Amino acid sequence: MVLIVMGILFLFNRDLGGATFQKAGHTIWEMLFIIPPIFVLLGLLDVWVPRETMVRFMGERSGVKGVLLAFLLGSAAAGPLYGAFPVASVFMRKGVKFSNIMVFLGAWSTTKIPLILFELQSLGVRFALTRLAMNIPGILIIAWILSRIVSEDAQRAVYERNTETQS
Amino acid sequence: MSTFILYGLTALLLIISFRKDRMKTRMALRKALKAIENILPEFLVVILLVGFLLALMNPTVISSLIGADSGLWGTILALLVGAVTLIPGFVAFPTAAMLLQGGAGYMQIGGFISSLMMVGVVTFPVEKRYFGTKVTLLRNGTAFVFSIIVALGIGFVMGEL
Repeated sequence: MVLIVMGILFLFNRDLGGATFQKAGHTIWEMLFIIPPIFVLLGLLDVWVPRETMVRFMGERSGVKGVLLAFLLGSAAAGPLYGAFPVASVFMRKGVKFSNIMVFLGAWSTTKIPLILFELQSLGVRFALTRLAMNIPGILIIAWILSRIVSEDAQRAVYERNTETQS
Repeated sequence: MSTFILYGLTALLLIISFRKDRMKTRMALRKALKAIENILPEFLVVILLVGFLLALMNPTVISSLIGADSGLWGTILALLVGAVTLIPGFVAFPTAAMLLQGGAGYMQIGGFISSLMMVGVVTFPVEKRYFGTKVTLLRNGTAFVFSIIVALGIGFVMGEL
């Protein structure tokens, strides 16, 4: 199955030209390389960190500490946003609050520390700091809005979806 | 580089875990494998889409869409291009810097970078698998609206508005 898809992909790329093939190839390899360690780390997290610990730090009653932790974990992460989804999935199973998961996704997507340094360097201090100054409140507001418009039932359904896919 | 750190860290933790408890480590690995198997079909779809999009959306095409004097229309296009493309940051920032040198406005670049990082149209299948259609649409929708605000904010701070 995988081979067939890769075969189709190869035909696709050969059709669309040589120069682009290299770039696409690079990104695809990057994706394939990043996936296994993320899942192994998650497996370890799953077995070693008890649910109660996660609930205490990032669960329903974790308050500001939970938000801060979600922000820091997201910002310290490496890799593109799609890497954050499986992490969020394990977080949900460990009882992390919905809004904290949204903060985590927001931080992962746009306030990653190495990327900020890179942005400062290539687009200038003013540009990068303006974006950062907007992103920090923006991420919190988005998380707040999402946890408001997604009803509690719908949130529960999302959490249940993640207990199913993993067990 | 970050991939290297990721592998190093994973290996280290795996060794520590294995020393502490073989059974638990085996269980962790089995869970990892199971989780990969579960999401693999979606990831393959995304990989196909990414390959296809990267072939279409190279820097030349992007710069022709959001290049010099493209104005408001250019900003809208920049936001849309950012939303559908998936390129890593270390490629995106130099590309953006190049576009700026080529005459693109800061407002367009701000919108492009923001929606590129926060909105993921191609990764929709993966995100949907974990979060369901509703939450995925809402998250990407709000992130897109936020990117419009960021574009305007950047335009304002950089003296373009």
